[in-house]
Amino acid sequence: MTTLLELRNIHKRYDSGTVALQDMSLVVGEHQFVSLLGPSGCGKSTALKMIAGLSSITAGSITWSGGGTDHAHDMSFVFQEPTLMPWATVFDNVWLPLRLAGRSRDQARAVVDAALRTVGLGQFAQAYPRELSGGMMMRVSIARAMVTQPRLLLMDEPFAALDEMTRFKLNNDTLSLWHSARFTVLFVTHSVYEAVYLSQRIVIMAARPGRVVTVIDVEEPYPRSDGFRATVRYNELCVQVSKALYAAGEQDE
Amino acid sequence: MNDTRTAARSGPAPQRSARTPTMGRVMTRDGALPWTQRRWVRTALPIAISLLALVGWEVLVRVNRIPHYILPGPLLIAQTLWDNLDSLMLSWWFTVKITFGALLLAVVGGVLLATVFALSRWVELSMFPFAVVLQVTPIIAIAPLIIIYIPSTTAALLLCAWIVAFFPILSNTVIGLRSADLNLRDLFVLYRASRWQTLRYLLAPAAMPYFMAGLKVAGGLSLIGAVVAEFTAGAAGRETGLASRILEASFRTEIPKMFAALVLVSLTGIAIFLIFNLVARLVLGKWHESEIKVRR
Repeated sequence: MTTLLELRNIHKRYDSGTVALQDMSLVVGEHQFVSLLGPSGCGKSTALKMIAGLSSITAGSITWSGGGTDHAHDMSFVFQEPTLMPWATVFDNVWLPLRLAGRSRDQARAVVDAALRTVGLGQFAQAYPRELSGGMMMRVSIARAMVTQPRLLLMDEPFAALDEMTRFKLNNDTLSLWHSARFTVLFVTHSVYEAVYLSQRIVIMAARPGRVVTVIDVEEPYPRSDGFRATVRYNELCVQVSKALYAAGEQDE
Repeated sequence: MNDTRTAARSGPAPQRSARTPTMGRVMTRDGALPWTQRRWVRTALPIAISLLALVGWEVLVRVNRIPHYILPGPLLIAQTLWDNLDSLMLSWWFTVKITFGALLLAVVGGVLLATVFALSRWVELSMFPFAVVLQVTPIIAIAPLIIIYIPSTTAALLLCAWIVAFFPILSNTVIGLRSADLNLRDLFVLYRASRWQTLRYLLAPAAMPYFMAGLKVAGGLSLIGAVVAEFTAGAAGRETGLASRILEASFRTEIPKMFAALVLVSLTGIAIFLIFNLVARLVLGKWHESEIKVRR
């Protein structure tokens, strides 16, 4: 496994004194799909934001393979909400990262159109976000994240607010995208089932203070489809992860 | 959704027009809007009520033989307006110039200052109290001083109207610039957007609904400011607005002429209201809930 980034003894303390993360260490490999799983308040989202440079680190370090300090152009972020600009069309929303990087509409058109086609929204380029369903808006958000061809995709509970059917579909679409584009995914979720279905590695975290308790490898091969959810192995893994999560909960201070 | 309604309309007529709630509007079960929400009814109703009130007013004046220097009837007011149309329109044009001039300055000044406030908390902390003082001090109290200190009547009137119109633009735009979604802000940080890009692509569009709300309020207030300032100035001569004509007519007990000038002030206020409603619809109609036609 080639390392993409390494979190070493990350510590996050807010001004109020609350410790959001304590001594979090994690190695994320190139092209891996890693999930952070844990209860509310265990620092999953905080860790993601620190990697993205959206939150400061109190102590510890985050290092990328190949060195360098500014890796903004290597990352994209998908939030829990679609986080679209309601005043802009779907095309303009997906164009945004390229526009901020100085690429004109014409220069970006082919890439944006391709990203929209990839998420199945090629026909909706001129629609406004309010005209789309929750699932479609999340696809736009993913297309926007993909348009810069990031090495690392940070996803912060992106499907938590969606219904079960849409969530399953978007799980499959995410896997398909990850499989074809081979970027690395760091995926925050509350759902044991989602984590097992998607991930190669599941990082179980506990709260108060937020910390890594254990890491479980899911060695089932890809591509995974809905049939995987019905396998004995899937259910065994879900039980294993649930028990680890429960044990982590009991360790809360 | 529309297909469903069309299909329902072409089917047999329902026994009774049961109401179905939709997003913001109520529709009958056959898909048609109830009569109170049809466009022509919404236009015709206020017109009909206004006409009825005018007829009632005219009848009241005639039946009771109220002298025109106490209360003129609408017909006499209309006749007076027609007879003095040239001079009243000159005054109207003067008031309109002051109103829109002050509004333009309020928009430019308010938006610029709001942008500076949004970009620098220090500037806001230093200067916002002055803006509040301007807002809370009644214009009728400041106007005499302004008229004393500023030799040009037109400039003094502009300043008075500007003071009234400025604050709604400033405060609304500041709130608007601060109301951008936090995750979108993070996204702009992640993509290393410059301050200018953040302002142009995120903060300004996010502030637009708030700015438009401020503009609607400021439009009416700038007219009020212009009229109040003119009353205070008591200006006479060629460069006078409608308020001066009302004052002048009151000195001469020309009550119908007072009403005629008042009608023009009211119509101007209504026009300003309608213009800014239209502008808001054009600017926000495609995306903001406040202006989207909710008809599904």
